[in-house]
Amino acid sequence: MPKSILIDVSKCHGCRGCQVACKNWNDLEATLTQFEGSYENPTRLSAQTWTRVRFIEQTDGGLRFLFRKDTCKHCTDASCMAVCPANAIYRKDKTGAVIINRDECIGCKNCVTACPYQIPQYSKTAGTVAKCHLCNEGDRDRIGNGLQPACVSSCPTGALIFGDRAELLNDAKARVNHLARQGTEAYVYGEKELSGLNVFYILDEPSETYGLPAKPTFTDNDVFWLAKWANILFGTGLLTAIPYYLFFNSEEEPQDLEADDEESNSSEKEVS
Amino acid sequence: MKVDRRTFLKLTGAAATTTTFAGLGFNVSQAKNQAGELKTVDATATTTTCHYCSVACGIIVHSSDNKVIYTEGDPENPNNRGALCSKGSAMRQWTDNEQRVTKVKYRAPGSTDWEEKSWDWALDKIAQRVKDTRDQTFVEEEDGITVNRTEGIASIGSAVLENEACYLLVKMMRAMGLVNIEHHARI
Amino acid sequence: MTNNWTDYQNSDCFLIIGGNPAENHPISFKWIEKAKEERGAKVISVDPRFTRSSSKADLYVPMRAGTDIAFIGAIINYVLENELYDKEYVANYTNASFLVNEGFSFEDGLFSGYDEEARSYDTSSWSYQKEDNGDYKKDLSLEHPQSVFQLLKEHYSRYDLDKAARVTGASRKLIEEVAETLGEIALDPSKTSSILYAMGTTQHTFGTQNVRSYAMLQLLLGNVGKPGGGVNAMRGKCNVQGSTDMALLNHILPGYLGSPVAAPEYATLEDYLEAETPDAGFWVNTPNFFVSQLKAFWGDAADEDNDFAYHYLSKRKAGKDYSHIGIFEDMYQGKIKGLFAYGQNIMVDSPNLNRVHEAMKNLDWLVVADPFETETAAFWKEEAGVEPETIDTEVFLLPTAVSFEKEGSYTDSGRVIQWKWKAVDPPGEAKEDLWIIDQLFKRIREQYQGSDKEADKPILELDWDYGATPDANDVAREINGYDTRTGKPIAGFGNLKDDGTTASGNWIYCGMFTEDDENRTKSRDNSDPSGMGVYPNWAFAWPANRRIIYNRASADLDGKPWHSEKAYIWWDGSEWTGYDVPDFGPTVEPDSEAGRNPFIMRPEGVGCIFALRAEGPFPEHYEPYESPTENQFSSVQYNPAVKLWDGSNRGEADDYPYVATTYRLSEHYQSGAMSRNIPWLAELVPELFVEIGTELAAQKGIKSGDKVEVSSIRGKIEAKALVTPRVKTMLINGKRTHHVGIPWHFGYKGLVTGGSGNILTPTIGDANTTIPEYKGFLVNVRRLG
Repeated sequence: MPKSILIDVSKCHGCRGCQVACKNWNDLEATLTQFEGSYENPTRLSAQTWTRVRFIEQTDGGLRFLFRKDTCKHCTDASCMAVCPANAIYRKDKTGAVIINRDECIGCKNCVTACPYQIPQYSKTAGTVAKCHLCNEGDRDRIGNGLQPACVSSCPTGALIFGDRAELLNDAKARVNHLARQGTEAYVYGEKELSGLNVFYILDEPSETYGLPAKPTFTDNDVFWLAKWANILFGTGLLTAIPYYLFFNSEEEPQDLEADDEESNSSEKEVS
Repeated sequence: MKVDRRTFLKLTGAAATTTTFAGLGFNVSQAKNQAGELKTVDATATTTTCHYCSVACGIIVHSSDNKVIYTEGDPENPNNRGALCSKGSAMRQWTDNEQRVTKVKYRAPGSTDWEEKSWDWALDKIAQRVKDTRDQTFVEEEDGITVNRTEGIASIGSAVLENEACYLLVKMMRAMGLVNIEHHARI
Repeated sequence: MTNNWTDYQNSDCFLIIGGNPAENHPISFKWIEKAKEERGAKVISVDPRFTRSSSKADLYVPMRAGTDIAFIGAIINYVLENELYDKEYVANYTNASFLVNEGFSFEDGLFSGYDEEARSYDTSSWSYQKEDNGDYKKDLSLEHPQSVFQLLKEHYSRYDLDKAARVTGASRKLIEEVAETLGEIALDPSKTSSILYAMGTTQHTFGTQNVRSYAMLQLLLGNVGKPGGGVNAMRGKCNVQGSTDMALLNHILPGYLGSPVAAPEYATLEDYLEAETPDAGFWVNTPNFFVSQLKAFWGDAADEDNDFAYHYLSKRKAGKDYSHIGIFEDMYQGKIKGLFAYGQNIMVDSPNLNRVHEAMKNLDWLVVADPFETETAAFWKEEAGVEPETIDTEVFLLPTAVSFEKEGSYTDSGRVIQWKWKAVDPPGEAKEDLWIIDQLFKRIREQYQGSDKEADKPILELDWDYGATPDANDVAREINGYDTRTGKPIAGFGNLKDDGTTASGNWIYCGMFTEDDENRTKSRDNSDPSGMGVYPNWAFAWPANRRIIYNRASADLDGKPWHSEKAYIWWDGSEWTGYDVPDFGPTVEPDSEAGRNPFIMRPEGVGCIFALRAEGPFPEHYEPYESPTENQFSSVQYNPAVKLWDGSNRGEADDYPYVATTYRLSEHYQSGAMSRNIPWLAELVPELFVEIGTELAAQKGIKSGDKVEVSSIRGKIEAKALVTPRVKTMLINGKRTHHVGIPWHFGYKGLVTGGSGNILTPTIGDANTTIPEYKGFLVNVRRLG
């Protein structure tokens, strides 16, 4: 039975308890930031920031101040897993959590490029990629120990709920109906996307407004065979690693480059 | 209130209520987990309340060898039921923090730097200063009324002190004749 | 707070005004969200800025900083005109029926008795009519022209929606919608609404009257003393309720007993008790509380023969203002030579910081006790913008422990006193506060050893023996009180005596220990028999473990709950029962004289719609000291009873056209010492920014992220601009008016630094409390570089 986090933006008031709780539980360092025109900070995920709250000011159709916790969605169709040449990314059977084994990670950044949500983040210092493991790994395995993920525990308003995915989906639909009765048009994002996100949302604006693609794609499609081929070569020691983005014709630069710089900056100038 | 890991897990999971009147602090062998042992497994859990706003959220401090290894919301506390905001979640970084002052510091008149001093030295010096200023500015009587007033000294602070410290501070300052007694509540 | 945090869940409507709980009391939103979800509670957010609280509101009302009384006054007028108030409650549980003396009047912004020279009132005409036997004259029909109700109606008839809209910047329609929403709930006995406020309310030259206006509205709507109702001050600091209770303030002693002044009325103990003890209400017990406190202070040296050492207590100079502003004005003039800054960062949190900085330079010595090196500790350093060589102050910086490095109790905003335990030792040579305070006093006393001067006896004879290191439990026991003969704890303030047989440091805390010496603040039974979020055995609430004060008003005259939905305490035929400790004698029959007086702390026994305050018995709108417009309600521009200081320079709108308001962010704490030194928090908000509305920014060519200078007549700071539609342009008296929002957390020390907002704020305070006017002063803004 997959475990899920339901993120209900209609209940989030942007206190960012979850953002710090994640750092606290996972011993992630503070990074050097600067004001970049909004409350939002750090302005991107990094190997030291696995979750953050996005702040959005919406003016169309009346002023709104929107908040969305951004984090790994633990997708059923997880591109990161599919493109990893080192088999360093695995799924926990019991929970559905998608986890990077940093001991196995070779730092090729394929997953960084492939993720439709720009979640995995490369650390230059560690030479590996890091992201949220749903508090389901090693001595940080809260959910394996009957606890909730650290972010969920910290949430005051029920904007984050942890539980069995099927039950949460029902709860989410009930909440959507409840909101509809109050005149708010809301919907579930992540029920079917990528065959189902394990961390999914109740949204009350178009997903793009919240910075989520309306149709996230499993980016493995075009070159899946290449990744497999690379895996085989890697597995037989014929090739150390083929960066996936060499094959994949991305219109964007790999998302992590900026984060990369930030990370290297921050490791020198971290504020702790 | 101090609890070991197993009790804590039980408290967290169960809706049962507890009545306690003292720090517990007993040791029971660690909880057996199907999953990996948590980083807090050998830690002692102590309950406190948040030091920031006045909602007074319950916080559990997990410590080991006199070091704080984790802090989190206390699920038993009715005010917050385990929830914490960004500040409450960050309280752990008060310890192991290089910004903390760990020695008494003294700055002489006109000096450009601090000097490190012993508590004994500083406390005695302060006591002398208090006596000098009090004796110079003390008013014993005014219009035939005993007023026992020291206007040359002021005491400002603090709403982050415990009730017990606040009380002793008031008791001491009033006895010394201070009337310039103020703190955060005024501003 | 009249109510408490967990009681929020019982509310059907929250009027959030002068506060921003989503950001400054984030976890309280847990209970607001619960009420929204389960009760369909409405949330109304009234604020000059659209905040994170506004984001979750059903109704957002933009209101100009400093216009609460115009706004609430219009609502009062509306509910009176449209009969949307709780008539039975108002007639019986408030002083609306009381008749006021004929001499009372109000004209063009001034009440009767004003002395322009002294900037104060002779309040003798603001009094009740009395029967020959001393009883209050009343008219329960509320129709008598001299009744409080009719005077109230007349006073607020001037507060029509249009005028309120012109003054506040809120639209007529929105104000009406708020009034309708509140009124609808008032007429439904199954519902209650709550007012939540904080420093946005109090930090004005008329802050006390702002709070009064909320309280009056809540009395009219019948919301005080009931679950889900109340007037709820969301206090800022973890123990600011406790530190206020303990009277770290010049004008009171622990437990809200008056601190004596040098006047014949306070010459002796007898005089003090005569002056401070009213004829009726619970304060008739003042002698028991006060004498017990003197016993706690001076122990065996206090006995009947020496007036319980009353003369040892310091007396204030009559008429002198020793408040924060007053202290720094005195210091500016060189009258104060030594300062203890104990856990407070004056160089960030004081108004008019440049002037305070000048004042600090006059000190001979300064003692700072803090876990971090604060701006206050470093006021003499180059980074503070001064030449250290020119400052002759000796500075002692004493390293202290943080909360979980020491034991003791904090009192939350809902008056619940929770014990907290020590987890780890403080680092290095940092020490627990009790140790530091004890050492300071012992060594000061040592300095006086051998003296036989009368003047030194208060120090030498102070009852101060807490061993080598004081145990917080022992101090707590003294605060609670004990029998001076047996040493046993006193289990409730009803048992305190004025004959020296009891000692109690703070009577309102009496009862936190049981007779068997159990410290009830350590109690951790979180069961909720009411199902309404009442936790009678979780810690201990003052007074007498009461969770909602004035709770008699939750029941009607016969002692029955107004509605089963809001049943809280009720008369069962022989005694009061229910979910909370009743707010008076448990066997006082509801239809007896005393049984109809729910407001036991008041001599009148009822809630006061008409009450004496420095500037009048009814709140009247005046403009902030610095204002962009003329007062539309009278020719009196600003509070006529406000004290003007030497440092009260006043900026004009021609030079400083924008209304500024300081505020706090979720991610930082007060002066920043406890958050700007925390890496995870410094990361979230690393720099000072100021919030500027889109329209003003366009006029000034300012974009988000640009560096700007904000200036007032007192100084200037630099900051990054946050251009946002959340700060709306308002139409004030026909003129487009802009706000600038300034987080005040920053200073020149810590991991992240920035300009202090309080460099801009004025040296002027509330007419009753002298709380500075941090909200609603004037600034200018320009883009830099």
